[in-house]
Amino acid sequence: MDAHAEGHTASTPMVLGVWFALLAMTGIEVYLAYIHLAAALMLTLLMGLSVIKAGLIMAHFMHLRFERFSLFLTLVPAIVFCICLILIFFFPDGHRLLQMRPPG
Amino acid sequence: MSDAHAEAVAIVPKVRDRWAGGVRPYATGSKKLGMWLFIMSDALTFSVLILAYSYVRLSSEQWPTPFPFSPAIIFSTVMTFALLTSSLTMVMAVAAAHRHDHRKTVLWLLATMACGAAFVVLHATEWMHLIHEGLRPWGTPAEWPWPNTPLFGGTFFGLTGMHMLHVTVGILYLGIIAFGFGTKKFKPEDVEVSGLYWHFVDLVWMFIFPLVYLMSVKFP
Repeated sequence: MDAHAEGHTASTPMVLGVWFALLAMTGIEVYLAYIHLAAALMLTLLMGLSVIKAGLIMAHFMHLRFERFSLFLTLVPAIVFCICLILIFFFPDGHRLLQMRPPG
Repeated sequence: MSDAHAEAVAIVPKVRDRWAGGVRPYATGSKKLGMWLFIMSDALTFSVLILAYSYVRLSSEQWPTPFPFSPAIIFSTVMTFALLTSSLTMVMAVAAAHRHDHRKTVLWLLATMACGAAFVVLHATEWMHLIHEGLRPWGTPAEWPWPNTPLFGGTFFGLTGMHMLHVTVGILYLGIIAFGFGTKKFKPEDVEVSGLYWHFVDLVWMFIFPLVYLMSVKFP
């Protein structure tokens, strides 16, 4: 993690491997859409795969793995925290709105 | 990076000394750090757009699921493939730039722009198809089996339009970088920084694609 980014170029086999992994995960996602799962299970699986894909893109394509760990700590935890806060506030409320809807 | 800087880093290896001043604590150029900070703010912009979409979908009684597996999902899968491949060619461009191979860098950048353009053209085709069906940012077609949900069009066009705008701006940005690097005005770092932006736009699509398309498959 602490290795110097200068002069470092990601190796081609590694990059190709990441690209194949991203394609494979996209393929799995499309297959999940094809077989029609329950919405909650589907959403959980899709978001899980998407987070893994985002992590791969940031680590390898965006080079974050080869930067100093302090850069990662500056960028990622703060935004994860913000997104969690938004989720905590809005999702129970979205559910509440649905319950409050007048029938018919 | 200057020799003095490398020396300073070697002399003060402890983390706390990196923050004492006189050295770059992140060991990156200011352009790269600036792009990362922009990406973080842009990530929040997309986060709230995606969350707004999820919020109105969750609080609506019925939400249209208008994308049949064939052709709409296959179509958007091809779009995803184009964008993922453009990220691969972008990595190749950055690697070539660091080798100071100007010709190959420009070629890889042009390949990236071509993949991005393919994405925009396919996406615009899909938009035109939906608009032709009668979908508007303020309402859904009367022929759809779901009750009129104006927020479907609003969030769909808002979210995917914002992303399409980012891809379009990215293509222009890469064009400027390719021209500047080809004429040796720009440094490899400039190519790398443009790559960060491009990969980020790809990353955002990795959330829009499942949430907007794969969660809205129309089953017969």
